[in-house]
Amino acid sequence: MAAESLIDIREVTKTYGQGETAVHALQGVSLRVEAGEYVAVMGSSGSGKSTLMNILGCLDVPSRGEYWLDGSDVARLSEDQQALVRGRKIGFIFQSFNLIPRTTALANVELPLTYAHLRRGERRKRANRALELVGLADRTGHRPNELSGGQQQRVAIARALATGPRILLADEPTGNLDAHSTAEVLGMFDDLHADGRTIIVITHEHDVAARARRLVQVSDGRIVSDEVTR
Amino acid sequence: MSPRDLMGAALRGLTANKLRSLLTVLGVSIGVGAVIVLVAVGNGSGKAVQDRLEAMGTNLLTVSTTGGGGGFLRGQAGPANQQYSLTLDDATALADKNLAPDISSVAPVMTSSGTATNGDTSYTVNQVIGTTPMYMPATNTPVQIGSSFTQADVDTSQRVILLGQTAATELFTRPASAVGQTIKLGAVDFTVLGVLASKDSTGFNDPNATAIVPISTLRATQAGYGALNQIVVQAAGQDRVDTAQAEVTELLTARHQVPAEETSPFRITNSAQILQTSQDTAATFTALLATVAAISLVVGGIGVTNIMLVTVTERTREIGIRKALGARRRTILGQFLIEATLLSLIGGAVGVGAALIVTRFQLAGVQPVLVPSSIGLALGVSAAVGLFFGSMPAHRAAGLRPIDALRHE
Repeated sequence: MAAESLIDIREVTKTYGQGETAVHALQGVSLRVEAGEYVAVMGSSGSGKSTLMNILGCLDVPSRGEYWLDGSDVARLSEDQQALVRGRKIGFIFQSFNLIPRTTALANVELPLTYAHLRRGERRKRANRALELVGLADRTGHRPNELSGGQQQRVAIARALATGPRILLADEPTGNLDAHSTAEVLGMFDDLHADGRTIIVITHEHDVAARARRLVQVSDGRIVSDEVTR
Repeated sequence: MSPRDLMGAALRGLTANKLRSLLTVLGVSIGVGAVIVLVAVGNGSGKAVQDRLEAMGTNLLTVSTTGGGGGFLRGQAGPANQQYSLTLDDATALADKNLAPDISSVAPVMTSSGTATNGDTSYTVNQVIGTTPMYMPATNTPVQIGSSFTQADVDTSQRVILLGQTAATELFTRPASAVGQTIKLGAVDFTVLGVLASKDSTGFNDPNATAIVPISTLRATQAGYGALNQIVVQAAGQDRVDTAQAEVTELLTARHQVPAEETSPFRITNSAQILQTSQDTAATFTALLATVAAISLVVGGIGVTNIMLVTVTERTREIGIRKALGARRRTILGQFLIEATLLSLIGGAVGVGAALIVTRFQLAGVQPVLVPSSIGLALGVSAAVGLFFGSMPAHRAAGLRPIDALRHE
């Protein structure tokens, strides 16, 4: 057996529904990602790339196949342990930001730290630092509806970074952003990669994918190409 | 997640939709308030009845005759049952300590009615009571102004009169000025000796529209020498009411030679029995009101479930986000349970506050009397309602798979 990868999925399939109407979102996907990689997963709409991201993020379970994350079999983890993995090892960045409405930027960033049982003072300190990192130190008291799209996505990035996860999973992170904000977010990803963080970006935009070091193309629930681009 | 963090998350959840939370709280507070107020009203009306009965006099037996089997009205006994009419000798016999040791005092009562006049002012007194001085303490009818008449006045048929509050007010405007004045009752002059203290109504008649005169005077001037209407008997103690009643029955049965096979022609009303009956009635009444109130509390609880279900549905996406950020099942469960319980408890507190204010006022002629245990019960039930009715939506929220919750639109 080879040295353990950070992410190792083997022959994973995901089927929604049953019988005639069954949809095969993933049909035997195997993928290894080592710590510190910057991977872009590309594919058209309906190719299965979002399903792949959900499985990688422990938000969904595969119908068949194995998923080894950081040396442990995810299928064997209890519900609470999976919650722990989501909270500690993975930071999510969504296309639609997914901030909690009517809650300040600071409280949003603090949330994963709260679930990780950090004390109040420590939480506040880390959340403030994360917001500083994304350049929103002066917006901590703002609610999501008082922030622009770019700012909201930066709050989401701060929230994903707050617990210091090893893996950043970004699902179309620039899909709802203008060119300027897109450049900002991608610049941040470059910095995080330079810091040694593992980043997996799901996208259908070539210029976003071009920033990654490795490009995985998905079509019809299968990986059709996997190449190191830079 | 610490309890304090959970509480904070729950509070934020509740304040996120203030109007909705407010209406839910209102539902619970109406339920809790209704329980406390209605129980207090039931309790208050029971107390009021008890007070009135106690005002009538305690340890009191009222003896009257049913007038035999003929259906005659009391006091109008025909020749066939004249043998059962109550007489002054009956009263004297009952007052005999050797014959009836459990009786402390006896007052014969004859009633009539008549028009009293003071110069140009006239007033129809519904009830002119002829009796002895024993009547006043036995029936809890104290003289407020002036003085009562004495046994000597009775023995010598003095033309003296005690006026009830209403009668005194009608005749003299100011009751205090009545004492010492002379009024006419029928064609006879009476000297007003005193004015009776005001009494609460026990029924349909105004107990203050009365006048009391010595029984001998009433017989001589107004009512004639027929049978007594009643004999008022006071037992020597609260625990001796029953034995006193037995003695009265025994004595009267013997004196009037009532055949053993006949049902007793004497009706003895026992104030303690009336008190007991009315207390039982009040208890039933209170239970009925409490049931109605409990129903409204349950309806309030269903309101909590409804709102929590809506909240869970509306915030499904938020639950998904929280799960993606590492929230465990029990964290989500705790947050929604605390939200539901807070809604109920705040509603309960508001309900208690409102009830405390409302019960200071008379409701439907009843002064409510708070039952402290009903407050504790209502608060406890409202917390339980929150936990019970909130658990279903909370479990639904906690059981959602993260991806299903996140995809929810």
